Amino acid sequence: MSSTLFERPAGARPVAIKILIAGGFGVGKTTLVSTASEIRPLRTEGARSEAGHALDDVAGVQPKESTTVAMDFGRITFESNIVLYLFGTPGQERFWFMWEGLARGAVGAIVLADTRRLADCFGAIDFFEQRRTPFVVAVNHFDGAPRYGEARVRVALDLDPGVPIVMCDVRRRESAVQVLIAIVEHAMRLKGSRRV
Amino acid sequence: MVRPYAVTRGRTRSQGRQLDLVAVVVGAAPSRMDRRWLEPEHLRVLSRCRQPVTVADLASDLDLPLGVVRVLIGDLTDKGLARVSTPAPSEFARDEAVLRMVLDELHTL
Repeated sequence: MSSTLFERPAGARPVAIKILIAGGFGVGKTTLVSTASEIRPLRTEGARSEAGHALDDVAGVQPKESTTVAMDFGRITFESNIVLYLFGTPGQERFWFMWEGLARGAVGAIVLADTRRLADCFGAIDFFEQRRTPFVVAVNHFDGAPRYGEARVRVALDLDPGVPIVMCDVRRRESAVQVLIAIVEHAMRLKGSRRV
Repeated sequence: MVRPYAVTRGRTRSQGRQLDLVAVVVGAAPSRMDRRWLEPEHLRVLSRCRQPVTVADLASDLDLPLGVVRVLIGDLTDKGLARVSTPAPSEFARDEAVLRMVLDELHTL
């Protein structure tokens, strides 16, 4: 092929950074993405989990009817030509095959937790622990939900001491941004310690 | 507007490794010969990726499902009309200097 076809102005290539947002259905993933970033429409295939449909097609054949669903997707564009991408992961275990591709190359992950349903994030925690993907647990406060301290949440989730826990209200922009800061700081810390 | 899977003739998965959502795609200008086989959706992809664009942004901008966009990109790269650069996991995603810049930017929000 002719290489001249691809000549483009230098410097236009964005530096893309990826952060994942995991957690159970209804825990506030979409809210976090929309509060912290410019949320964008994105559809993907085979992720009917959030709609609660049964996985009736195990042969790997795409059904004729469209099975596309909306995926949480947002981005924050910085002046320095860096773009931070946020991707929500499908909540249910049978769709974890999708997480593999999502997790590859990610800076880290935010596991959103609801104190009324802490067990919903066990799977996500296992997944990121096994892959050594840096993650933080962000406890999203819901009105009327019990408010546990960090220590109780750590015990309930059996988290390593090194995993940060942040309390948040993802409806508030400042709080949502703090969660992003927490995962980037944690990823940097781990990077520093693993190199030694 | 054609139904998405009619465009890809039912193909939902491109050959080989799945494209990363933040892999960057750059398209070339199609020749007259190319236009004989290109579907309208291929042309939409090409026109959107004259400037480098990520797979996720491409799918979002064109309002096509990710799987369809991956197939279309695969067709175009096979024909030499598009190039994809997928960041290695260790490349810049965890580059300390880049993370430091991200952190500084987040603090200004």
